[in-house]
Amino acid sequence: MSSIQQSFKNFMNWVDQRLPVTETYEKHLSKYYAPKNFNFWYYFGVFAFVVLVNQLLTGIWLTMSYDPTGEGAFASIEYIMRDVQYGWMLRYMHSTGASAFFVVVYIHMFRGLMYGSYQKPRELIWLFGMLIYVALMAEGFFGYILPWGNMSFWGGQVIVSLVGAIPFVGEDLAVWVRGDFNMSGVTLNRFFALHVALVPLVLLVLVVLHILALHEVGSNNPDGVDIKKYPDKDGKPLDGIPFHPDYTIGHDLPGIVLFLFVFCAVMFFYPDGGGYLIEHANYEPADPLKTPDLIAPVWYYTPFYSMLRAATFPLFGLDAKFWGLVVMAGAIAIPFVLPWLDKSPVKSIRYKGWGSRIFLALFVIAFFVLGYLGTVHPTPTKTLIAQVCTGIYFAYFLFMPWYTRVEKTRPVPERVTLG
Amino acid sequence: MSDDGVNSGRRNFLIGATTVVGTAGVVGVAVPFVASFNPSARTLAAGAPIKIDISRLIPGEILGPIPAWRDKPIFVLMRTEEMLVKLNSSNKRLADPKSDRLQQPEYARNETRSIRPDVLVLIGLCTHLSCSPKFRPEIKPQAFDPNWIGGFYCPCHGSKFDLAGRVYAGVPAPSNLEVPPHYYESESVLVIGGDGGFA
Repeated sequence: MSSIQQSFKNFMNWVDQRLPVTETYEKHLSKYYAPKNFNFWYYFGVFAFVVLVNQLLTGIWLTMSYDPTGEGAFASIEYIMRDVQYGWMLRYMHSTGASAFFVVVYIHMFRGLMYGSYQKPRELIWLFGMLIYVALMAEGFFGYILPWGNMSFWGGQVIVSLVGAIPFVGEDLAVWVRGDFNMSGVTLNRFFALHVALVPLVLLVLVVLHILALHEVGSNNPDGVDIKKYPDKDGKPLDGIPFHPDYTIGHDLPGIVLFLFVFCAVMFFYPDGGGYLIEHANYEPADPLKTPDLIAPVWYYTPFYSMLRAATFPLFGLDAKFWGLVVMAGAIAIPFVLPWLDKSPVKSIRYKGWGSRIFLALFVIAFFVLGYLGTVHPTPTKTLIAQVCTGIYFAYFLFMPWYTRVEKTRPVPERVTLG
Repeated sequence: MSDDGVNSGRRNFLIGATTVVGTAGVVGVAVPFVASFNPSARTLAAGAPIKIDISRLIPGEILGPIPAWRDKPIFVLMRTEEMLVKLNSSNKRLADPKSDRLQQPEYARNETRSIRPDVLVLIGLCTHLSCSPKFRPEIKPQAFDPNWIGGFYCPCHGSKFDLAGRVYAGVPAPSNLEVPPHYYESESVLVIGGDGGFA
């Protein structure tokens, strides 16, 4: 051993006696064994982490040139785009990153649905994940307000008005949220504080909890089998390989490179995504007196927006508007209880029966259709389709205890399968 | 830790007392955080009543969405004789034709929802999700309504209102457009944001 290595070892010994650096490194990286049968769908958790870092860094840099006032916000975005060196790139990295975050998270969640990653003992991982998703929706919404374009204004107007649908206290609550009788610079200023400080802090804490809970019970895999059941003589799982360096270098790094190719293609060539990533109406400054002809949220909220609009009739003496809020909130809330709805003895869709497969397929189709409908003007036919799809969305969850119990499952292998 | 010689009754009392005092402290310190979200004094001052000169408004013409009161668009519509005649001709299509819900001051709770029959004053925000409805006075079939007799149409979610701001049944908006508190200082000066002592 060279003297440099010896000095490093001594140094680490000194640190480890005071802070468990080596222990933590081993627990979470070099001796965290992940199942060796990870497939394509297992890239997206890592991608989410990459995008999170991108959002934090570009976000901090953007605050350096952004002005969070009703008078200055829109002009400061133009300043960033035209006068700040590479300001356009920082902003497009951030705006493309926002959409990429949702793409990645939706796929990550779909992976969880497919392979039963929410099932016992991973309920808490799922719950923290859902909280991350909700925090992300809030973060995206607040961020969307900041450019103070006309769609920022009216999108904010519509969403804050949802609070007003709560019976009795709604209107007062909406004034409290806005800090004004209508959306104004006051609202913008507080949403800025929430976007750059409060929500990111909450997000980071949740991400840490999500990963700690994951590393406590270990990763699921496409077969949904427990790799800890077959350890070698040293106690490490036979079907597991170390997260670092095997997965990080051998699997994730090439994936990240490919992901960044796609990311850069969008960022450099289609930063506004044809109006889906940055909406055209947002190139006009906010005007409280001029509603855009079509108010549609950015694509990642449109499925829920469709469900909000699908409630068109009053019920039990309460307004349709209130029921719209209930349906939308319910649609976001119901996945939280997913771990307790799935009564299947197996985890992975590979071994579940046709009931689970058909319902999952319908669920995904309904989600896409709702997503499309949320971007266009409602017509009676489209509203009817949205109502049907809303029904399917809820049926996936509400009938799950039934169809996972009655369907015929296939035998699960003892060890993971490859290929 | 050893429990020898512990007076558990006293310990529980102290834990309870500390919890109560601590909770009171947390609630107390939450007050400034919650209260600072309310409209500030500057915001409240900016929401004072506004005056509008309506002397040059001709029948059939609408003033709006400018001016604004409390940053909300205000519609001032000078209705024609013909509009007023048609106004209550198809009331059964309306959700609240008699304005039973408190979407207007008492002095505007009448057939025309106004103080002066011809002048309609509204807050130009849809009662659904606060988009600003468009003024569509033409009496002719529309894409959104084949039997349109003129009114306001909200492009966001398709809510429809008549020329008194009353909502049609079966649209997302739950109630009639709001009539703000207002009064006439003189024949030509309309004040929005106060009742002038008539409330």
